[in-house]
Amino acid sequence: MALEPDISKTIFHDYHVAAGGKMVPFAGYLMPVQYSEGIMQEHLHCRDRAGLFDVSHMGQVIVKGEGAAKALEKLMPVDLQSLAINQQTYATLTNEQGGVLDDLIVTRWTEDTFFLVVNAGCKAQDIAHIRKHLPYLEITYLADRGLLALQGLEAKDVMAELVPEANTLVFMNGGHASIDGIDVYITRSGYTGEDGFEISVDPADALALADILLAFESVNWIGLGARDSLRLEAGLCLYGHDMDQQTSPVEAGIIWSISKSRRAGGANEGGFLGADMILEQIASGASKKRVGFLVDGRAPVREGAEIIDEVGTVVGVITSGGFGPTLQAPIAMGYVPTELSAVGTQLNALVRGKPRPITVTKMPLVPQRYFRG
Amino acid sequence: MSEAVYTEDHEWLLIADGVATIGVTEFAQEQLGDVVFVELPELGAELSAGDEAAVVESVKAAGEINSPLNGTVSAVNEALVESPDLLNSAPQTDGWMFKLSLADDLDASKFMSSDEYQQFLVSND
Repeated sequence: MALEPDISKTIFHDYHVAAGGKMVPFAGYLMPVQYSEGIMQEHLHCRDRAGLFDVSHMGQVIVKGEGAAKALEKLMPVDLQSLAINQQTYATLTNEQGGVLDDLIVTRWTEDTFFLVVNAGCKAQDIAHIRKHLPYLEITYLADRGLLALQGLEAKDVMAELVPEANTLVFMNGGHASIDGIDVYITRSGYTGEDGFEISVDPADALALADILLAFESVNWIGLGARDSLRLEAGLCLYGHDMDQQTSPVEAGIIWSISKSRRAGGANEGGFLGADMILEQIASGASKKRVGFLVDGRAPVREGAEIIDEVGTVVGVITSGGFGPTLQAPIAMGYVPTELSAVGTQLNALVRGKPRPITVTKMPLVPQRYFRG
Repeated sequence: MSEAVYTEDHEWLLIADGVATIGVTEFAQEQLGDVVFVELPELGAELSAGDEAAVVESVKAAGEINSPLNGTVSAVNEALVESPDLLNSAPQTDGWMFKLSLADDLDASKFMSSDEYQQFLVSND
């Protein structure tokens, strides 16, 4: 396939190729969809051992300025003013219509400094959006900085040898640390449902850090394919697929990401883009909802498949779907009318014109194993 | 026993006594990745060349297998239903997909020999 002329490579590109990575264009980057082991083995390896993900394509952005917490709260329905230093939160950047421009992780570095990790495909838009609404804040995009995620049951064992204090972090907290003399910022977070860490590193040290991590027998590279099946089993949204500018956080089933203080009756109610719409939906309910599905049989039901009711009327659409290697079964998520969203509801998805039975199920499908102390 | 011939769609055919045994090549299985589901044609189905005959679903993607010839499906490899991974581990032996009782005399010139197929893979790399 012809590569787009402006496609980027992360600093780890040559490592992926050397590890047998099958490189594909993704959000403007050439990224490994899988390595020689294949998606199934990589997925299982990550759950059982330790998976190393290059997520350097994601946007690492520092936002700084007096009153930055309060200012950023205009763009995301979370309580940043109460966030402790080195604590992080999942958040959405909302638009005027109550839709979602992007989802991101926000970490408070200092009183007035926040570190944002945003989706690769949204970073230019996100930076422009923040700049437009909050022109008095200083925005620094760390274009070349490396970001590695170490995820899975044995991730903590690797950290125990390299940087034991990392294991004192609880889920969604971070801190500056040194690994073999390399300055890093480590958070206990990830996108697999497993306990794990994300490590932000200066480009000059990035390859050395990867060498240190890959020296552990338990650590293997994991590609985008397994990243997708891991997050799907963990019930996590993929922006642009399970959530977009036309869906609200309420419809996406992530009301939990909206801080209590920003909801009706909260100390800091509303005051973010799309608040009227979103608070109204929290109060009265949304007409559609994202749900998880178990799929009968072994044939995967994929993104774009229509969901039909018992008389064949199209009632919804699958937004993510595939085979869950841990469950050894096909799984999916998608949107249905709220009255059809109860766990146990039986519907059908159209796969190549044929109805396949699907059942609304509780998410996550594979229990999350975050370390909460 | 005759030698397998190949198509540009990365199928192999082993043709004997007017019956073609059809499957996908090693290259195709590598491209597909871990196969989790195979939908085979119905016994007795009459297929024209180019008709969708089977579907192979891997962890990440779905691929269609089109019939390379006109004919009637005379056998399907039921083992693939229970063990779709045979398509990864033995694509050109135990992972065969279906047999086609050919409607016409074979025109072998539309297929590639093993050597020609290898050349084709190299030139398309």
